[in-house]
This record gives sequence, structure tokens and C-alpha cells, in this order.
Amino acid sequence: MGLQGYLVVSALLFAIGMFGFLARRNAILMLISIELMLNAVNLSLVAFNAYDYYSPNDTGAIFALLVMAVAAAEATVGLALVIAIIRTRQTPEVDEYADLKE
Amino acid sequence: MMVCFGSLAGMYALLGAPIVAAAQVLIYLGAISVLILFAIMLTQAGDANLPSPFHRQVWVAALVALVVFGLIGWAVTATDWGNATVVVAVALNAMAKALFTDYALPFEVLSLLLLAAIVGAIYLARRPEDDEKAN
Repeated sequence: MGLQGYLVVSALLFAIGMFGFLARRNAILMLISIELMLNAVNLSLVAFNAYDYYSPNDTGAIFALLVMAVAAAEATVGLALVIAIIRTRQTPEVDEYADLKE
Repeated sequence: MMVCFGSLAGMYALLGAPIVAAAQVLIYLGAISVLILFAIMLTQAGDANLPSPFHRQVWVAALVALVVFGLIGWAVTATDWGNATVVVAVALNAMAKALFTDYALPFEVLSLLLLAAIVGAIYLARRPEDDEKAN
């Protein structure tokens, strides 16, 4: 399987993550979907890097590492926020948070 | 989810990027999965009265996701990728040099971001009673 295979897998992963983010009602599962989408982008970065496409100095791998660190920070803060909200609202359902807009 | 993260690490190893594969195992399999497990255990104790796991926009969401997958897949398969057949392994020395010279600024910004994330997570995870005790 060549570069195309990896890119198709990446697109599939991104689509699954997008579906999960749009369709799930649980805030934690929405965060997991965001992680899936970040992983998909990482996979395509590393694939482009490995097939030496516009990538001097292994730029793709470096950016994949940077994205991973940002994803870790995002997951930490996101989960902390979600847990704080769940503690006050007693529900993980995002539909119940509608009065945040008031 | 953990199977997905693990197989992604295998793909990175196949793509000649063992350092990214190792980071994937450490960060995703080790840290983020455990974090999410803890969050699920903390929040969903005996919560069995869920009407449906999906939003009422589930069909629209499925349509959007399918369209996105179709567009990306079409773009990927329709493009001629030229001589992209050989896997070039990451040269660890050159990559480390590039990370600490050309990409030193993103690296430092990232460390600041991680610090901010740690402080923010600690602040958010602290219970209000702890504040009252401290005062």
C-alpha cells in the first residue's frame, strides 16, 4: 500500500471523528472524537513525510510530534473543563448546557 | 479507541518514523487513554437512563461525514502522486537538529502551552472546599 492507502485511511479516520463529534451527545465522547481527528491529521503528516513529498528535514515528523503535544494539552484542559461542568450540572449531555448562552 | 491508537503507532513504525510511533504509544496509549478512562469512571457511575447516545442531528452528521470522506478520498485518489513509492526513514540526528534549530520557537511556545495547560487543569480540577480550607 502506497501513499494513497495511508491517505485514504487518514481520511476515513477523520470522517469517523467528524461524525462522532457531530452526532454524539456525551461531552467526553466528543472529546475522544476530536482526538481521532487530530490522529488522522498526524497520520497524513507522517505519511507525506515518509514518502518524501515536500519534506526536507523531516518536517512532517516534527510537526506530528508538536501536534501530539498540543493534543495532550487540549485533552487535559478539555477533560478538566468537562468534569467541572458535569460536577455542577450532573449530566454529561451537551444538550443540557444550552443555558450557557444566556 | 485504544486499538485504534495502537495500530496508528504501528503505521508510524511502518512509515519509518519510530520516534513518532514511540511518542504515540507514550502519549495516546499511555496518557490520553488513561485520562479518558478516568473521566468516564468519574462521571458515569450508574447513569443508565440515557435515551440515545446520539444527537437528533445524527443523519445530518452522517451525511456531512460521508461527504467529507468522499471529497478527501476523491482528491487523494484522483491526484497523481508521482514517484511517491519509496518509504524514507526519519533520520533521527537530522530531525533532532532541525527540531532544536529551525523549530526552536514552536518548541518553546509548546512548552509554555503545556505549562499553561497544567496550571489550568489543576485550577479546574480543584474542588471549591479546598479553597475554603486553605483560607
